[in-house]
Amino acid sequence: MATASDNAGTELKIVEDATCTFCGCVCDDIELKVEGHTIKEAKRACVLGKAWFLNHDIEPGPSCRIDSQPATVEEGIERAARILTDAKYPIIYGLSDSPCEAQRKAVSIADWIGGTVDTTTSVCHGPSGMAFQGVGEVTCTLGEVLNRGDMIMFWGSNPAESHPRHFTKYSLMPKGLFTPNGRKDRTCVIVDVRKTKSAKAADIFIQIKPRKDFEALWTLRALARGIELDPELVESETGTPLAQWQELMDKMKASKFGVIFFGMGLTMTRGKHCNSEALLALTRDMNAHTRFVAKPNRGHGNVTGADNVVSWRTGYPFGVSLTRGYPRFNPGEYTTADTLSQREADAALIVASDPMANFPQPAREHLASIPYIALDPKETPTTKSAAVSFTVATYGINTTGTVYRMDDVPIPLRPAFESPHPSDYDVLSALEKRVKELKAQQFAAHN
Amino acid sequence: MSQSFILIPGRTSKQGCGISEGKDGDGYQGEINTLQVAPEDMERLGLAEGDQVRVRNEHGQIELPIKAAKGGELPPGLLFIAYGDLSCRLMGGDTHGSGMPTSKGMDVELEKI
Ligand code: SF4
Repeated sequence: MATASDNAGTELKIVEDATCTFCGCVCDDIELKVEGHTIKEAKRACVLGKAWFLNHDIEPGPSCRIDSQPATVEEGIERAARILTDAKYPIIYGLSDSPCEAQRKAVSIADWIGGTVDTTTSVCHGPSGMAFQGVGEVTCTLGEVLNRGDMIMFWGSNPAESHPRHFTKYSLMPKGLFTPNGRKDRTCVIVDVRKTKSAKAADIFIQIKPRKDFEALWTLRALARGIELDPELVESETGTPLAQWQELMDKMKASKFGVIFFGMGLTMTRGKHCNSEALLALTRDMNAHTRFVAKPNRGHGNVTGADNVVSWRTGYPFGVSLTRGYPRFNPGEYTTADTLSQREADAALIVASDPMANFPQPAREHLASIPYIALDPKETPTTKSAAVSFTVATYGINTTGTVYRMDDVPIPLRPAFESPHPSDYDVLSALEKRVKELKAQQFAAHN
Repeated sequence: MSQSFILIPGRTSKQGCGISEGKDGDGYQGEINTLQVAPEDMERLGLAEGDQVRVRNEHGQIELPIKAAKGGELPPGLLFIAYGDLSCRLMGGDTHGSGMPTSKGMDVELEKI
């Protein structure tokens, strides 16, 4: 039985250019001071990054529990494989805080068991993923934003609290090739229903009426094309006078390289993919006047990797069903909030996510009623109710691997110290192997 | 008597740190179990910091203490809560064909307990 050790040791180590995987900024310039199994200091990390690095010591307790009782990893794999292969509608969910190598294994398992594979994208920028397919994505890397961006807009996004180094490392403060004066060369616009902490950074802050993003974006689309609008209607719908929208559009047209970062203020609010679609269409329209790009501000450290891996394995980014032996994509049907709330799934494999803490109540109730397997470095509401739970090594702190930054740039992980717990990759590789064996037996028995 | 509001659940720094520090910890629990109300609404409804309120919609109801939103963060009529167990209790399971439950901009009724 693998158990966690608290033999911290006293060796002092400096890890240069460590990668923080707490948020989609995936800052890879962190300097870690490591003493045994504890990170003492995380230089250059923001408040969220510090909390991430300084609170991931080795978790005490066993690496595996079955029905809350300590078990060996081998016993856990056996029970997990049987749960997944005996199920009629197994689902796999999470993956956004796991490296690409492990995500790839999870997709293979979904394929073997004929289940669905869905990631936390479906409850963050899933609607944007749908909008990309409808409208396309005019985009660029964060490096281009740094070097070229002179009109930086944030819509329904609060990076001061969700991505604290976004402004300083990528979008507002740094000096770039065509932005040699850093912040002075940029205009920052923030559009939100709340005057968030990010609003302090704005040159122009526009507070729109709640649930009126779609109307506000279409107002700008009309102005981009020079269409005349009724000032009274615009103000009553959006909460902002037409003149202010016109002034913003004039500045957007006059910029050399505009960027709109957008957040879950769009995707989680009524309208969802229609809101994202409106923003992407506005971005596309702006290219008739100047260079303009859009980027969703992605939350989890490797949620972008999950989109990439699931796309290159199945052709679709999330919400994929492999029940017929070939991939089908249908958000609203194969996405996890739906398979759980509609009480369709009869078993689940949850990797590096916590639906018991953040899913709608009907989905949580159903998940609690079916056998499921959970992998997480820490105890969470999800691991507590799992039939089989694995305490795993923390990606980036204990394991190597690859993650994708929010702009689809792959970044390697440089671990700080080893963990006695297995990695997601270890558990999922062993699970895939056992699932394949059991499926072969089931196939032989039926033929 | 209950009053109609729009509730915005969202991310905060404290809630984000709490994810790493441990979800059973005081920091995380305190953050996800407190409702922010605009000071103008608090005055209008005779509410004080720490008062217990009931918030409900067609999906569920929660009871929790309030605090005043700082720095003009909330306009009157809007409430804010950090994502967590309580905000989930007000979310419905229907995703309207999108995979995404409506998790922001929810119509709710608020009353003092
Ligand atoms: S901005 Fe994000 S990735 Fe960078 S240090 Fe902070 S939490 Fe980590």
